[in-house]
Amino acid sequence: MKLQRHLPWLVVLGVFLVWEAAVRLFDVPPFILPRPTVFLEALWTWRAEIAVHSLQTFLTTVAGFGIAMVAGMALGVAIGSSAWLYRGVYTLLIGFNTIPKVALVPILVMWFGVGAVPAIITAFLISFFPIVVNVATGIATVEPELKDVLRALGARNRDILWFIGIPRSLPYYFASLKIAITFAFVGSIVSENVAANTGIGHLMTVASSRFEVPLAFAALFVIALMGVLMYVLTAMVEKRLTAWSVRGTHLAAG
Amino acid sequence: MAAFVDIKNVSLRYGPAAGGVLALDDVSLSFERGKFIAVVGPSGCGKSTLLKAIAGLWPTTSGSLRVGDEEVRGPLKIVGMAFQNATLLPWRNTLENVLLPLQVVETHRDHFRRNRRQHEERALALLESVGLADFAEKSVWELSGGMQQRAQLCRALIHEPSLLLLDEPFGALDAFTREELWVVLQRLWLEKKPTVVLVTHDLREALFLADGVHVMSARPGTFVAERRFAAPRPRPLEVIYDHGFVDVVHELRARIDEARSARGAPPRATVGAR
Ligand SMILES: Nc1ncnc2c1ncn2[C@@H]1O[C@H](COP(=O)(O)OP(=O)(O)OP(=O)(O)O)[C@@H](O)[C@H]1O
Ligand SMILES: [Mg+2]
Repeated sequence: MKLQRHLPWLVVLGVFLVWEAAVRLFDVPPFILPRPTVFLEALWTWRAEIAVHSLQTFLTTVAGFGIAMVAGMALGVAIGSSAWLYRGVYTLLIGFNTIPKVALVPILVMWFGVGAVPAIITAFLISFFPIVVNVATGIATVEPELKDVLRALGARNRDILWFIGIPRSLPYYFASLKIAITFAFVGSIVSENVAANTGIGHLMTVASSRFEVPLAFAALFVIALMGVLMYVLTAMVEKRLTAWSVRGTHLAAG
Repeated sequence: MAAFVDIKNVSLRYGPAAGGVLALDDVSLSFERGKFIAVVGPSGCGKSTLLKAIAGLWPTTSGSLRVGDEEVRGPLKIVGMAFQNATLLPWRNTLENVLLPLQVVETHRDHFRRNRRQHEERALALLESVGLADFAEKSVWELSGGMQQRAQLCRALIHEPSLLLLDEPFGALDAFTREELWVVLQRLWLEKKPTVVLVTHDLREALFLADGVHVMSARPGTFVAERRFAAPRPRPLEVIYDHGFVDVVHELRARIDEARSARGAPPRATVGAR
């Protein structure tokens, strides 16, 4: 049990050790694949710059993700509770989701200029879809008998939504948030890669153009770290709010 | 006494007028306030559909359906319902599940919010009367199937509905638990005397609990027979072994077999007394 708890970190550590050993063994030059110790060193050297840029990326991502959380929930609820919207909008959503969001960045830049706004919008667009689909599924699959019980009590649609649909869709919601937060990072960084003067994505572009490969890797490392942190945070909130959906575990915890 | 539920020549078709499924065909039945009515019949004959129609959850296609002197046009609003699967909300504990109707029914809502403690005590008393006193704060899956059904009955009764519709509420339980719950349901019914319509596949359950057992034909369903077992209440569980009782069960079973073959359904050996 104890080992299982620490397994995530041990695996990461293991991968880094193998990586370090392999690069040393085959004598790979650092501008092709830097060793973990080398890019961690770069991380330390450039810590001030990296801190500024990652803070920027973090804020951008959280902003886009936050909008997606609210808008995704709202649209998911709307689509899940109306057969009309479900039929009408779903195809459009799938079509839209198929468009690679990178392709939209130049257009967004044309509209909003270079900077944080295109990055926020890209983060939002890319993380929005899984949230909508999951919430809609959770709400659309409420057991008909349960609806009957409430309707026979005179419940209106919004009561059914409030007492059943939304609580029932919360586990779906959080499952999608965990995917969406990592997507959101992808979105903002992709946008920063192309069109920004700050942010980790921008830093990476600059680093690779200067062949500072260890710095680029250090940036990647920080991105991964932020993604994991946000994931863990989401999972913690999930555990608090939807313990009921995981049979039995809350007994052990409670 | 005037009929409380009055069903006259009701038909109900799912789907389009041409095609679709005719579930109820010319159903007539009426009974007074406070009666306990049971409906039995072959699977798929339209029993659940009848309950949905009475509750106003599904519109009838033709005929007249009146509850409490008013034509049923939409959901009746204060009906208690219970189903074969307990449909409790897993994010609420047992007590909160029982309280749900008080939060939903319009005439109770405000009173509930202002006097929550008082209503909680009422719910606790109800839970205690079905033997769930110690499980009020437990989450739903800490309850066994039988306990969940007890909790579901409490939820169906907490707002003291004048009409209680039960769709095979004990269908998924073992024989012992089921018989135990017959006695519980009989007691709950005798306390407040709501009008009850019980749909079941268990002929003994129907006859033990109800004032009258109505037999439906195979789909499209219509009533083809009625049987009664006159015995004072509360009935002890032992009456199900009385000769008189057993005879009526056999008659009921024969009527169901007849009804099925009359509509051309393939004969099946398993319907009947268990
Ligand atoms: N929502 C629906 N839409 C279309 N057809 C339906 C619907 N609900 C039920 N039916 C059909 O109506 C008929 C009667 O169904 P119903 O559920 O009332 O039967 P039942 O007597 O309750 O059966 P069982 O004893 O198996 O529960 C069946 O043929 C069923 O397929
Ligand atoms: Mg049924």
